[in-house]
Amino acid sequence: MLKFFRRNLAGYAFLSPWLIGFFLLAIGPILASLYLSFTKYNVVRPPQWIGIDNYVYMVEYDQRFWKALQVTFNFVVVSVPLKLIFALGVAMALDKGIRAIGWYRALFYLPSILGGSIAVAILWRQLFNYDGVINSVLGLFGIAGPYWLADPNYSLWTLIVLAMWQFGSPMLIFLAGLRAIPQELYEAAEIDAASPVKKFFAITVPLLAPVIFFNLVLQMIEAFKSFSGAFIISGGSGAPLDSLLFFTVYLYNEAFSFLRMGYASALAWVLLLIIALFTAIAFWTSKYWVHYENERG
Amino acid sequence: MTAATISAPTGTTAEIARAYREAKAKRARRAAILRHIFLIATSFIMVYPLIWMFASSLKPDNQIFGNLGLWPSEFQWQNYWRGWNALPVSFTTFFWNSTVVTVLSVIGNVISCSFAAYAFARLEFTGKNIWFALMMMTLMIPYHVVLIPQYILFLNLGWVNTYLPLIVPKFLAGEAFFVFLMIQFFRQLPRELDEAAMIDGCSPFKIYWAIIMPLSMPAMATAAIFSFIWTWEDFLGPLVYLNDMKDYTVPLALRSFISSDGASQYGPMFAMSILSILPIILFFVIFQRLIIRGIAMSGLK
Repeated sequence: MLKFFRRNLAGYAFLSPWLIGFFLLAIGPILASLYLSFTKYNVVRPPQWIGIDNYVYMVEYDQRFWKALQVTFNFVVVSVPLKLIFALGVAMALDKGIRAIGWYRALFYLPSILGGSIAVAILWRQLFNYDGVINSVLGLFGIAGPYWLADPNYSLWTLIVLAMWQFGSPMLIFLAGLRAIPQELYEAAEIDAASPVKKFFAITVPLLAPVIFFNLVLQMIEAFKSFSGAFIISGGSGAPLDSLLFFTVYLYNEAFSFLRMGYASALAWVLLLIIALFTAIAFWTSKYWVHYENERG
Repeated sequence: MTAATISAPTGTTAEIARAYREAKAKRARRAAILRHIFLIATSFIMVYPLIWMFASSLKPDNQIFGNLGLWPSEFQWQNYWRGWNALPVSFTTFFWNSTVVTVLSVIGNVISCSFAAYAFARLEFTGKNIWFALMMMTLMIPYHVVLIPQYILFLNLGWVNTYLPLIVPKFLAGEAFFVFLMIQFFRQLPRELDEAAMIDGCSPFKIYWAIIMPLSMPAMATAAIFSFIWTWEDFLGPLVYLNDMKDYTVPLALRSFISSDGASQYGPMFAMSILSILPIILFFVIFQRLIIRGIAMSGLK
């Protein structure tokens, strides 16, 4: 017994801050939020058990829930592929041992590191104003830009462009992946007079598939969780006409503006399940298009 | 037959080979030029918004909109002074608040995450693999799931409207990303160091303190830099936990700027926006090697 204790003492001593945090701030709250999602709770009065009513209400009556789901889904489906394509394109341009690569890499990564800041969200609001920079640029080409921020048909694009602007981290990961592709393959393909397009689809994409997959899953999770940009640009409410009602913005408002903590917990669980579901789908389908080099068969 | 005769080319093949090489080099040069044009154009688009924001912070209000030009007709340096004092509480307070929260968070993250990483990477104990799997799972959990119960917990502890909910969790190794980053680094260090130290009678803590820590400065610094940037930028945490304007961090103050009457003062608003991201840009310029390596190594954010 004493021996067992002594053998584990150091490990658990070093692990103790994490363990406390894990129980108090992670697993405890996860279970608590599951419990709260079956209650009506406004912080002032104790939680009141209502079974699955929150979930029934959400699915059957809550138009804003469906709207939030749709907005978030549209954002993920459009912004993630665009961002990844852009990131891959730039990474490929940087890959060929170009001069001043350090400069380019730093400049391209800079927007990503500023990504979550409120300053950037404020800047974005002004860029997409009716008389803002974006419309001035479009004006140079004779295009009359829309009221980006007031028109629900266009407002989501402001956030999609913001997401694309922050393509730095998938780009860096792509760059590392491209470096790992043996140059001999390209040389062999050149001898066979393969076109650049052919080389891209026959060599780059298959060998980069694990990295593409990694970036896809990561960016997808990030996109589902994005909050600050949508919150600031929509004035905290998802306006105009709920066209920027991201799931997280809706959740925040239910919890902290209307103090419907039980219902907000149910929303949080739905978000968790959606993220888990999408991640699982990505993993399931990956076996058809992602092949690892050290894998047999 | 010697090698020389085999490789000795006839005049014509040599000419063909040279022509081929030259054509290839020419094509490569042209491709390189195109690539540079593409990259320069892209980098310009990337940084233009930031430069525009900086330029606008120096312009008179009426010159900001509909104006792509960057050069102000007259430099309104007083935008900075006006912005600094535009809210009922001055930005001196907000910057001080942000500094306190950020510095304590960085210290907490680096210490507690390196403790956990040391346990996972270098020590043997019962249940290690299960704990490790659980730690990796927390990487996936959206913050919004734990937000409400955490809020209720801190509310019951009487911590709302203090910095404790923003700082204390940082001392509990909650950021799995940093733990993971450090584990990756610690694993590269030779095991023999620990074993030799153990034979010399060093305790695990001594090994951590005298061997692992000093050798892991790049990993520690990377975690510290990311911790700094994320905490400095954090909006949701302060938004939930801080209600009193005198306690606001810089992002919250900026947000009140746009939702209060300050909305009409664009120059001052951009001036404060620029100041709010200045520490991040400085950190980035100084430490970009570490930041970029950290991303490539761990692949997050």
